[in-house]
Amino acid sequence: MTERTETDSSLSASEAFVPAVRAGIWSVVGRELWKAPFSAKFGLLVVVAYVVVAVFAPVLAPFGESEIVGSEYEPWSEDFLLGTDNLGRDMLTRLIYGARNTIGIAFVTTCLAFLIGGFGGILAAILGGWTDQLLSRLVDVLMAIPQLIFALLLLTIVGTSVPALVGIIAVLDSTRVYRLARAVSMNVVVMDFVEASRLRGEGIVWIATREVLPNILPPLAAEFGLRFCFVFLLISALSFLGLGIQPPTADWGSMVRDNATLITYSDITPLLPAAAIALLTVGVNFVVDWFLHKSSGLRDDH
Amino acid sequence: MTTETGTTERGAANGGGDVLLEMRGLRIEGQSDEQWSDIVKGLDLTLRRGEVLGLIGESGAGKSTMGLAAMGYARPGCRISGGSILFDGMDLMTASEDQKRSLRGARIAYVAQSAAASFNPAHKLIEQYAEMPVRHGLKSRTEANADAVELFGRLRLPDPEGIGFRYPHQVSGGQLQRAMTAMAMSCRPDLIIFDEPTTALDVTTQIEVLATIRDIVDQFNTAAIYITHDLAVVAQMADRIMVLRYGELVEEAETRRMLSAPTQDYTKSLWAVRSFQKQAVMAPEEATPLVKVDHVTAAYGDTPVLHDISFEIHRGRTVAVVGESGSGKSTTARVITGLLPPVSGQVLFDGKPLPGDYRQRSKDQLRHAQMIYQMPDTAINPRQRVRDIIGRPLSFYLGLNGREREQRVRGLLEMIELDPDAFIDRFPGELSGGQKQRICIARALAAEPAFIICDEVTSALDQLVAEGILKLLDRIQRELNLAYMFITHDIATVRAVSDEVIVMYQGRIVEQGPKDEMFTPPHHDYTDLLLSSVPEMDPDWLDTLLAERAARKERGESVMASGDQ
Repeated sequence: MTERTETDSSLSASEAFVPAVRAGIWSVVGRELWKAPFSAKFGLLVVVAYVVVAVFAPVLAPFGESEIVGSEYEPWSEDFLLGTDNLGRDMLTRLIYGARNTIGIAFVTTCLAFLIGGFGGILAAILGGWTDQLLSRLVDVLMAIPQLIFALLLLTIVGTSVPALVGIIAVLDSTRVYRLARAVSMNVVVMDFVEASRLRGEGIVWIATREVLPNILPPLAAEFGLRFCFVFLLISALSFLGLGIQPPTADWGSMVRDNATLITYSDITPLLPAAAIALLTVGVNFVVDWFLHKSSGLRDDH
Repeated sequence: MTTETGTTERGAANGGGDVLLEMRGLRIEGQSDEQWSDIVKGLDLTLRRGEVLGLIGESGAGKSTMGLAAMGYARPGCRISGGSILFDGMDLMTASEDQKRSLRGARIAYVAQSAAASFNPAHKLIEQYAEMPVRHGLKSRTEANADAVELFGRLRLPDPEGIGFRYPHQVSGGQLQRAMTAMAMSCRPDLIIFDEPTTALDVTTQIEVLATIRDIVDQFNTAAIYITHDLAVVAQMADRIMVLRYGELVEEAETRRMLSAPTQDYTKSLWAVRSFQKQAVMAPEEATPLVKVDHVTAAYGDTPVLHDISFEIHRGRTVAVVGESGSGKSTTARVITGLLPPVSGQVLFDGKPLPGDYRQRSKDQLRHAQMIYQMPDTAINPRQRVRDIIGRPLSFYLGLNGREREQRVRGLLEMIELDPDAFIDRFPGELSGGQKQRICIARALAAEPAFIICDEVTSALDQLVAEGILKLLDRIQRELNLAYMFITHDIATVRAVSDEVIVMYQGRIVEQGPKDEMFTPPHHDYTDLLLSSVPEMDPDWLDTLLAERAARKERGESVMASGDQ
């Protein structure tokens, strides 16, 4: 028997598999960032810049959010770097506060959409059967109506307040999240470890949050970036149409509309909020692409 | 090649003389985590025309990488970094992609492990067969089709005229593997590389495929590299064997000499793997069996899969359930665990009936029946640390928390022979296959069960690692007086671990009894087929067996056909 034990130890040597020394999470993140392609670095820079502007808006802005500081449509000058808008408010100030409002609301909305759609999708995948049918058909019905028109309709009914805006867009957008979450959860739910936890007698909440959710996080996180952009654009579109964020709150969508007349005088000022939206969308997408590439484990030579 | 022994070597008999393939100092590197590391470390290989060379070793030994290198090919993420590969005088290291492409398929062919995954499901077999000769301009399509029918016949596929017009999903696994061999032969190549062609097949099917592969290689005097981890198989197929480990050559010798007198310790340990034997456990005296499956009939939807299954499992004993795929082994386990409620009949635990659906069972009932899965990769959550994987049943069933739980996890890790300090914080991705399976065992043990179902627990592992797992399970069984239900298709495993054997075929139990009785004749026809189909180390085993079966057939005795035919 002693001889066998000796072979045993040599066996476990052949089984031995030494992982790379576990590096600290920050050094890993640092190394990944350093290796990231230019587009991802650019995207990250843009996103970080926007967040900084949004957080420190009161410090950065030269004037108050809805303070009337000059006459209407003043050109760019030393006092008003980007001129003033249709009511004589400083354009730069409005842009900075707009970042805060638009990004903040879009972020909250997206989070809510993921909470609803994500858990709905995971539940549908785990429970299957009737629950799945019921939820999926409901989502189909919601998705059958064009999103923007549906949102306009609902906002006209319930009135345009920020909570209503957030709630309606979150619900409408959660349908897309639901579909993705359900699809990726389906692949995880059939794995043996989920069956093992079912047989252990685990409840649905444990299975959803501990067994399934961690395994579908990468695609969901990537989707979060994309969804955020869509929500952001939708809010801006609604604001442009006058049903989104209400004045005097600064918002990029309504800023484009309010100052649209200036375009006829070949002034690019009203396009600045639009440019801000475009830049953020591009930045977020760069980051999302990179993240998706990383998390899917794709290699360039495949 | 050394053929001084008096045996008739197939390669030598065919007058193999000139060297077909020569590799010198071959080095192949693989990339992981942006770093290149050696997979194959300077190997030499010589293959003559008509010779069959066996490459064996554990997974990660570099066998498949070598096989692909013989075609001048390296997988994505790998590169051939040094040495030379000469195929029939042509240097594959310097050859252009075009030159290599004209060789592949036409002069060097490759048969992959999983035929099911290698055929395009959208095309008929014969179209895929004809693709290569037509593409290489060797035959017209009609010629190729006629040739296909002939080869299908030679490979003893049923209905050679018609089978080519089926789609891959319409033929069985064994037939598909033979069709793939036919496809590899389609251009009459000089060299075929067989990469574990029978690993995914049942033993009863495997034997057919082995016999046909050997015949066809003989008939066309084709050289072959036969890659496998199964020694008994390689003993039947190869003229010469190379044992690889960590990308290095351990030993190389002509087959018979390798089997009778291995010189290296590692080779000897490979040879000795099948020697493990569990200590016999006395027949139980207590009246109530721990688990009793009582006249269970089960179905998936309207398709019946189990017919009137009854057996008992006693404390401290192992019942092995054998049969080929589709025989209902795993379904039986699903009925016992409650994943598939039976149509009629019931499962009793300690004399008390268990609810058919696991959702209606109490926590304690669930705790007592644990399961270990075939694929350790999918059986543990890749996003949880070892601590949580093993710790969860502890807090869930036993209410342990904090330090108590931590200590118990460490105790369990010690029990499964893994160092707690090194392993407790690891993720499954940082474990080898055998270590993952050990974690699965620890998770099952954490629930403090009375009964464990082991579903093919060793079939995804290398033989040496599998042996370690079997020993571990055996030791734990003796320490904790556990009952095991051991599902397997591997007869060697059955011999090693079981006290009682149940043979299943097409959803029925065809024979059951104590191990010694089961392994001594007379057998039920199917048991006989199953037992006789298990490859043995004797290089003459396949010939003898085939001759025997042919003789019996001639005498008009019933020879049960394998499910594949």
